[in-house]
Amino acid sequence: MRFPAKPLGLAVASVIFVFGCGKEAPPPPPPKAEAPAAPPPKPSVTVKIGHVAPLTGPQAHLGKDNENGARLAIEEANAKKMEIGGAVVSFELLGEDDQADPKQGTTVAQKLIDAKVNGVIGHLNSGTTIPASKLYADAGIPQISPSATNPKYTQQGFKTAYRVMANDEQQGKVLGGYAIQQLAAKNIAIVDDRTAYGQGVADEFEKAAVAGGAKIVAREFTNDKATDFAAILTKIKSKKPDLVMYGGMDAQAGPMAQQLKKLGIKAKMIFADGGCTTEFHKLAGDAAEGHYCSLPGVPLEKMPGGTAFKEKYAKRFNVDIQLYAPYSYDAANVMIDAMKRANSAEPAKYLAELPKTAFDGVTAKITFDEKGDVKDGAITLYQAKGGKWDPLETIGGAAPAQPAAMDGMAGMGGMAPMGGMSSMGGTAGMGGMSISPPPAAAAPAEKK
Amino acid sequence: MDTFIQQIINGLVLGSIYALVALGYTMVYGILGLINFAHGEVVMIGALTALTVIKLLANSGLPGVVVVLLGLLAAIPACMALGFTIERVAYRPLRHAPRLAPLITAIGVSIVLQQLAMIFWGRSYHAFPPILPASGRDIGGAHIMDLQIVIVLLAAAIMAGLMLLINKTRLGRAMRATAENPQIAGLMGVNINAIISATFLIGSALAAVAGVMVSANYSIAHYHMGFILGLKAFTAAVLGGIGNLPGAMLGGVLLGLIESLGAGYVGDLTGGFLGSHYQDVFAFFVLILVLVFRPSGLMGEKVSERA
Repeated sequence: MRFPAKPLGLAVASVIFVFGCGKEAPPPPPPKAEAPAAPPPKPSVTVKIGHVAPLTGPQAHLGKDNENGARLAIEEANAKKMEIGGAVVSFELLGEDDQADPKQGTTVAQKLIDAKVNGVIGHLNSGTTIPASKLYADAGIPQISPSATNPKYTQQGFKTAYRVMANDEQQGKVLGGYAIQQLAAKNIAIVDDRTAYGQGVADEFEKAAVAGGAKIVAREFTNDKATDFAAILTKIKSKKPDLVMYGGMDAQAGPMAQQLKKLGIKAKMIFADGGCTTEFHKLAGDAAEGHYCSLPGVPLEKMPGGTAFKEKYAKRFNVDIQLYAPYSYDAANVMIDAMKRANSAEPAKYLAELPKTAFDGVTAKITFDEKGDVKDGAITLYQAKGGKWDPLETIGGAAPAQPAAMDGMAGMGGMAPMGGMSSMGGTAGMGGMSISPPPAAAAPAEKK
Repeated sequence: MDTFIQQIINGLVLGSIYALVALGYTMVYGILGLINFAHGEVVMIGALTALTVIKLLANSGLPGVVVVLLGLLAAIPACMALGFTIERVAYRPLRHAPRLAPLITAIGVSIVLQQLAMIFWGRSYHAFPPILPASGRDIGGAHIMDLQIVIVLLAAAIMAGLMLLINKTRLGRAMRATAENPQIAGLMGVNINAIISATFLIGSALAAVAGVMVSANYSIAHYHMGFILGLKAFTAAVLGGIGNLPGAMLGGVLLGLIESLGAGYVGDLTGGFLGSHYQDVFAFFVLILVLVFRPSGLMGEKVSERA
C-alpha cells in the first residue's frame, strides 16, 4: 500500500543529487593531500565532504537549514584558499537527502562512502544517524552530527562518531528536573513520535520526572508525519495533566499546540530542541503562547559568534536560521580544523586529530570527550512569549550528566584513545569495533 | 463519558472528511474501474490553493468566515480543472490499455503533482491563519468547536446532494448507466467522455472541500498531506465497498470513528500493551476482518449497481 513512497523518494533524491552536484567542476582527483614534499607549484586537490539531512518531507526546512550551515563553512574555507599538505584545497559539499527515514539514511550513507567522501556532516535525525554511523565507522570515515542527540549514537563505540550538541540524556534530565522544580508539575502526560530522537528524549524526561516525584498520567504516541492529534489529546484531557511533554519535532508540536487549545486543555506543553524553532510559532499561531522548550547550547544571541553568524547566514541565503545551522556550521569547521592540524584530508590521518579538537565555534568552544560527545553541553530553557522563544535560564555548562555517562562507558575506555588509526590497519580495528555495539547499547540501561 | 463523546466527535469530523475523499475514489472506480491514486494529491492542491487565497485575504478586514469561503471558491474550480486535466491527459489515452497501465499512470500523476506542489508551495508546513472564530460549546462535558459542527453538517449536506444528483437527475442516470456498461450506455446516446469528465469534476470538487476542511480543522497544510489522507480514504472506500456511494460514506465515517476510538481506548483496553501508535493497525485490522467476511466491502454488491 505504500508503493508511491519509494519511487517518489528515489526521484526526489536523484533530483536533489543532480541539483546539488550540478556545478561539479572537473572530476575531482583522488584526495592525495598528504606528501608535504610535493614541489610542483601549488597543486590543488578537491576534498569532498558529505552532508546528509532530510531535504524533503516534514523536516525539509530543518534539513535545508543544516545544509546551509555546512555550505557556509565550506564556502568560507574555500575563499581562504587553505593549504593542506602543500596543496590548495577546495572543499566540495555533497548534499544528500535521507528524508528522515532510517532506511534511506543508510542508502545515502553508502552512496557517500562509494563517492569516497573524506568526511560526513550529519545526519540531522538520531534515527538516521545511528544506523548510518555503522557504515561510516566500517569505512573509517569521520562523521560529525550537528543535531543527532540520541545518546546511543556515541555509545556504540565507533571511533568515527562525533557530535557538537549535548545529547538527549542531558536534555531529558534537564527538562524533567525543570518540570518538577520550576513548573511544579505533579501529573504529567507524555507523547512521543516513536522516532529514536522523540522516544529517547521522552524516556529520559520520564525517568527524571518520576525520580522527582511526578506521576505520569498518560503515555501516548503519534508519528513524525501525523497532523491529527485529536484522539490522543482527548484521552490526555481526561487524565487532567498539568503539563504535557512532547518528544518530537516542530511539524507536530505546532499543530498539537493548536489542537490542545481547541480541545480546551489548559496544561502547557514542554518539549526539547526539535520543537524549539521559529517554525513552531508559525504553525501554532496564537496557541504557541506559554509553552516551554529546551535547546542544547546557549541562545544564538548569547553564542560567542551568534550575532555575526546570523548576519552572515542571512546575507548568504536570504532566509532566517531555522535551528541547527550554527551547529552544522561548527561541525563542518571542526572537521576542516582537524584536517588542517593533521595536515591531511585523509580520513585515517585527521581522525586522530579530532579528539584533540579545541575549536572556538559559533555555538561554544568545542571539545570532545572520549565517546565523541561535546563536552560541557549547556542546555537553555525557553518559553513562548509574543511569537518568540524567550530564554528563561541556562542549565549546565559544567557537564552535569557527563561523569555518570563516562562511568557507564568504562568498558569502552580502552578503545577510546584514538591514536592508532593512522594506517589502513584501521579497517581490521573497525571490524573488532563493530562487535562492540551490543554491550555499548546495554550501557545506558545499566546506568539507570 | 465526556471523553467518549469527545472521541466520537473527533471520529465524526475525521470520518466526514474521509468520506468526502472516499467518494472521489469510489465514483471513479465505479465508472472506470480505475483506482485514481492521484485523488489524494487533488485534495492537497485544493487545501494549498485555498490556503494561499486565505493568507492573501487574511488581513483584508473581511470576516474570517467570508475569507475561508472565498478560499474554498478558489479551490473548487482549481481542483475541478486539475481533475479534468488529469483525466484528459493521463487516463483517457489509456482507457483501453491493460488495467495496470492506468494504475501506474495514476501513481505517476500523484508523484508529479506532489513534486509540483513542493516546488510551488515549498517544503514547509503551512499554518492555517487563525481567522475562524474559535468559539465552541460544551456538550456533556465535551468541548466541541463550531468549526467541527460545520464540517460534519456540511459534509452530510454535500453527500445528500450528491445522492440526489446521482439518483434523481439526468446526469446521475447517465452516470449510473455508464457505470453499468459504458458501451451500451454509449449506444443509448450517452456521451461517455462527457460523463467521465463530469465524474472527475464532481470528485475533484468534493476533494477541494475536503482539503479545506482538513487544513482548517487541523490548522495545517503541506505538500505531502495528500498521500496518507488519500490512502486512508481509499481504505474507507474499500471498507464500504468500492464503487458504492453510500458505502464510501459509511466506510469513511466508520474509519474515522475506529481510528479515534482506537487511539483513545486501545491502550486502556489492553492494559498498556498496545498504545495509541497502534491506531492505524487497529483501523486496518478492522478492514481485514470486514474483507474476510464480506470481500466486496460492507455495502458492496457482487456485480451490478456500481456507482
